[in-house]
Amino acid sequence: MELLHGLVLVLVAVGGTAVVFTRDPLAQSMVVSFYGILLGILFFVFRAPDVALSQIVVGAVALPTMILLALAKANQE
Amino acid sequence: MTFLPFAIAAWLFAVGLYGIVTSRHLIHLVICLSVVQSSTYVLLLAIGYRTGAGAPIFAETPVGAPVVDPVVQALTLTDSVVAATVTALLLALAVQVHKKAGTFDPDELDILQG
Amino acid sequence: MSFTSRRNLFFAGVLGFAALFLWGLRGLPDFGRYEGVYGLTLNKVGVAQTHATNLVAAVAFDYRGFDTLGEEFILFAAVVGVAILLRAHRDEAATDDAKEKEDEGRNVPHTSDPVRVLGLGLIGPTVLLGLYVVVHGHLTPGGGFSGGVVLATAALLVYLAGEYVALRRVSPESLTELAESAGAGSYAVIGVFGLLAGQAFLTNVLPLGTTGHLNSSGTILLINLAVGVEVAGGFSFILAEFLEQTLLVRERV
Repeated sequence: MELLHGLVLVLVAVGGTAVVFTRDPLAQSMVVSFYGILLGILFFVFRAPDVALSQIVVGAVALPTMILLALAKANQE
Repeated sequence: MTFLPFAIAAWLFAVGLYGIVTSRHLIHLVICLSVVQSSTYVLLLAIGYRTGAGAPIFAETPVGAPVVDPVVQALTLTDSVVAATVTALLLALAVQVHKKAGTFDPDELDILQG
Repeated sequence: MSFTSRRNLFFAGVLGFAALFLWGLRGLPDFGRYEGVYGLTLNKVGVAQTHATNLVAAVAFDYRGFDTLGEEFILFAAVVGVAILLRAHRDEAATDDAKEKEDEGRNVPHTSDPVRVLGLGLIGPTVLLGLYVVVHGHLTPGGGFSGGVVLATAALLVYLAGEYVALRRVSPESLTELAESAGAGSYAVIGVFGLLAGQAFLTNVLPLGTTGHLNSSGTILLINLAVGVEVAGGFSFILAEFLEQTLLVRERV
């Protein structure tokens, strides 16, 4: 189990760095959705199913939706 | 190896903060803020973890079995949904700024009015 | 301050911060060796005291219920903030009849048929899943917060499968506002039950029932329902506000 924890933690760190270094918000919304799923897997491995469920629903569905809607609004003007 | 989760939390905090400081687009800034918030979730859950323990749901496990700490999970659970709503508020602010100033670039928003 | 000087100042600051942070974290117990008294005590007595098998929900809505009340009001305030920000310059939509006429006359790009069919097919299961997660919050992982967001996702599927007009008919503004305010207010009212019974605010004073059954754990079940209604209403409201901004301005051009 220690190896799995270490692996997922390193993936999360790489994902977080990828989110920050993707400068275009449109591409970043997809990267942040993937990062949300990675975080959900991390929380699941840390024995927290409640938190993993919330994180997947919020971070992979609701957050990219709001980002895309804000961008669509801005691109129309 | 046992220090890795805390180091990862510190790294996420620092890299998210770097994204906020050097951001050229307001929406990119808001997303980096959510990365900073996720670093606190990782830290909290890493503090509450017990090796060889199960999830704190006693539907199947007997009551005396070792489980991880439920208090930090309760904190993180409510925090992650509320943080998404606050992110929505920040995105609405960014949309209004774009409507007024025509740009998303924080470096060009130096006209104080009123 | 120029970009490079800001970045260099940040690097100086973050190096100092990282040094202090990592030095502070070294004082924590090793990863995996949890020694807190609060968590260990709760694991032993939590299920017997609240008759709820999901100990995280018991902590969030009973032992630390007051903190969750504060968080829920943060959510409420953020939704009110979104409403104020995105309505402040609503000089476009005059009355509801004018809005209806605009909705019928605008030209939206035609959604492809597979998306519509899949969206339509998923609405029912999503609502069912959301209701299941909300109602079983005290038994299995989930609860009001996650289940409420799943329910709001069902509203998003209505928009994907149909049009914005369909979304407005299914979740009109007044209904989402009512749901959100009623959910937030119910949490505080349930807390008053404890005061009426002569104990502290938010004490679990309703009959606790049998552990493992749906109708158990007293006020935790009611608070889960209230939070689920509030989060679902709040997120649907935010989605509809963003969508309305996107589509009304298109009409003006």
